[in-house]
Amino acid sequence: MQQSSRTSRSRRSVLTGLGALAAAGTLGTASSGCAAPSAAGADRTRLRFWHLFGGGDGVNMQTMLDAYRAEHPHIGLEAATLQWGAPYYTKLGMAGAGGRAPEVAALHLTRLPGFAPGRLLDPFDLGLLAEHGVRPQDFPEDIWRRGSVDGEQYAVPLDTHPLVLFYNLEICKKTGLLGDDGKLRPISGAREFTEALRAVKKTTGRPALAMETMGADTVGPWRLFAAFYSQTGGTVLDDTGTRITIDDAKALRVLEWMRSLVDEGLAIHRVDYQGGVGAFNTQRTAFLINGEWEVSTFLTTKIPFSMTRIPDLFGRASTFADCHTFVLPHQAGRGGASNEAAHAFVAWLLKHTVEWAKGGHVPAYLPTLEKPEYLELTPQSEYRSVLDDVALDPPAWFAGSASSMQIELGAVFSGVLTGSRSPQGGLAEAKRRLRKLLDTPNPFGGAA
Amino acid sequence: MTTTSAVPPAAPAAEARAGTTGPVRSVRHQWTEHGLLFTAPFLLVYALFLVWPLLYGVKMSLGDDNIAGTESEFIGLDNYAEALTDPNVWSSLWNTLWFTALSTVPLVVLGLVLALLAHELRVVQWLWRLSWFAPFLLPSGVVCLLWLWMIYPSDFGLADLLLGAAGLDPDIGWLSDTRYAMLSIVLTTVWWTVGFNFLLYLAGLQSIPQHLYEAAEIDGAGPWHRLWHITLPSLRRTTFVVLVLQLLASLKIFDQVYIMTGGGPDESTRPILQYVYQAGFTGYRIGYASAVSYVFFALIVVVSLVQLRLSRRASEENDR
Repeated sequence: MQQSSRTSRSRRSVLTGLGALAAAGTLGTASSGCAAPSAAGADRTRLRFWHLFGGGDGVNMQTMLDAYRAEHPHIGLEAATLQWGAPYYTKLGMAGAGGRAPEVAALHLTRLPGFAPGRLLDPFDLGLLAEHGVRPQDFPEDIWRRGSVDGEQYAVPLDTHPLVLFYNLEICKKTGLLGDDGKLRPISGAREFTEALRAVKKTTGRPALAMETMGADTVGPWRLFAAFYSQTGGTVLDDTGTRITIDDAKALRVLEWMRSLVDEGLAIHRVDYQGGVGAFNTQRTAFLINGEWEVSTFLTTKIPFSMTRIPDLFGRASTFADCHTFVLPHQAGRGGASNEAAHAFVAWLLKHTVEWAKGGHVPAYLPTLEKPEYLELTPQSEYRSVLDDVALDPPAWFAGSASSMQIELGAVFSGVLTGSRSPQGGLAEAKRRLRKLLDTPNPFGGAA
Repeated sequence: MTTTSAVPPAAPAAEARAGTTGPVRSVRHQWTEHGLLFTAPFLLVYALFLVWPLLYGVKMSLGDDNIAGTESEFIGLDNYAEALTDPNVWSSLWNTLWFTALSTVPLVVLGLVLALLAHELRVVQWLWRLSWFAPFLLPSGVVCLLWLWMIYPSDFGLADLLLGAAGLDPDIGWLSDTRYAMLSIVLTTVWWTVGFNFLLYLAGLQSIPQHLYEAAEIDGAGPWHRLWHITLPSLRRTTFVVLVLQLLASLKIFDQVYIMTGGGPDESTRPILQYVYQAGFTGYRIGYASAVSYVFFALIVVVSLVQLRLSRRASEENDR
């Protein structure tokens, strides 16, 4: 196919002058992404991979892809890094709708219900995966199960990326929060955590905690709420994603406590994502609550820090998380060598997730967690137990990473944290917006 | 804008037509054919990229279209009914109008004042012109990031430094406090775009015949009299052009908000265009997003008609 289009182009360019110039212009741009495979000949299998990994993740993914390329010279891998968030999912959805999607793509597990498995996504061939050494029992059961719809596996998990607690070793030591082993002494209960923050404030004279309270399209406040609220045992929606199940008392307890931190000046009042990372990175705060993926930032700047699971503040030690997964976007004629290459590629990446774990993520492929190279990664392996205690967004089409729900509720809870809404008012508004989302028909025509 | 300038030339043209007959008409006819030939490429592009999408948008707004390409159904005016009862539509529409109100007045007045200054100040005139117009040459992304990173940050921003130097409390959440966020965006916008209005006013000032001033001076009119009775009335048409263009530009606010606050804090700066974007590309509901844009379109048409009405009346008064 590729070969024939190239010959026809060159023939045309000999025959006609101006017309060929235009044709070469369009074909040139169309084939510029696959310069490598066409140069090496048509016997290479084309494998396109779309992902949204930027920053430190992007660097690690690139390392993995380079290694893959070196080992598989017969595969023409074309990886495209697209912008994280809503733009990525818009593009992926439209590509699947047109049936001209890439062979493999990354997807947040929580976005699966909205992505209309069966129409926008094709299922994995588990036999093919097993041939390449990847079986369902190699993954945490819950996470694997969430990747399946109607008995078909649509998402193969790559990692879990939870919200964690970063802490500055020097400030915590000065405040006396470290144990003999040099690690943060266990904290349990919201009151104890507040006390620790007060102690730090006394030492440094500054807010002790940075957490994302505002920003453009901010989802941070939702993540924080979701983490602490999950600790109370409360849920936002029922298992079918069709009914609001928020427990007002529990939700208010969490919101009021979060608000009290900014009111008392224990947490930075108004700070966006970058600002929070910056404050911790310049050692102005002792704590940062953020995704583990920021570990690359602090390892690069070599500040004295470590990280741990978010302590149990409201009854159990769960935290907000999501999972990156691999999916097969819908192609009109999926199959053949490129489809097999896609399965083999996914299996290969999963077996090399030690590299991926350097970016902070907890690999979902369980054999990786036992590898010595992984256990040697500190502080990354310190919180691997969190895999069993994560709260993912409820299974609804409007939920998940960078979804309508995260952005809408992020804005409401941002208002609670920055002071433009009361905890009660914020909760009422959050429920009103959830109801509106529930009343809106799923535009993708997916399951939930 | 077109009508204000079209009114005076129309009069002589009409006289010419009344005076002559036959041959002129055939020449005009020929011209039409040539004109069509020459404008065809433009008309094609215009039809393809403006008229067709406009009509297609109407079709989408009447269905439950989405960007996942599933079969959409015709649902009549349901989207419009939903848009009119959607509090997000009203709040973002209000934000857009509030921004327009806050930004238009200073942009027009300041544009005039700066033009007067540049016109009167004879020393290093090029410097004033350059420095007032220069920001307009920057892309919106550059302007927004400059202000985002240099002026507004709370720890080291220039804005807080200035306040601190003046002995005021510098802890203002320029972009993060619901009380100031919109004002901060207006401030940035004024700095960025006032140069364009300044330029229009400057051109207007330079086209006022000098002899009017000379005559007035002979009659003993002072500078204030001259400003009030010659300059400002002569600038009336320019003012209408500036006002129309400014209102339309302000209503289309999107970039600055998207980059600087993302519509926050707590959606207090989210304009209607951003809500359209969110409904369409985060919520995947293209049909609904189209309906919201047509609601907004209707508003712009109303504003334009009112403008047209006012400017026509004004130019009639002017001609009298």
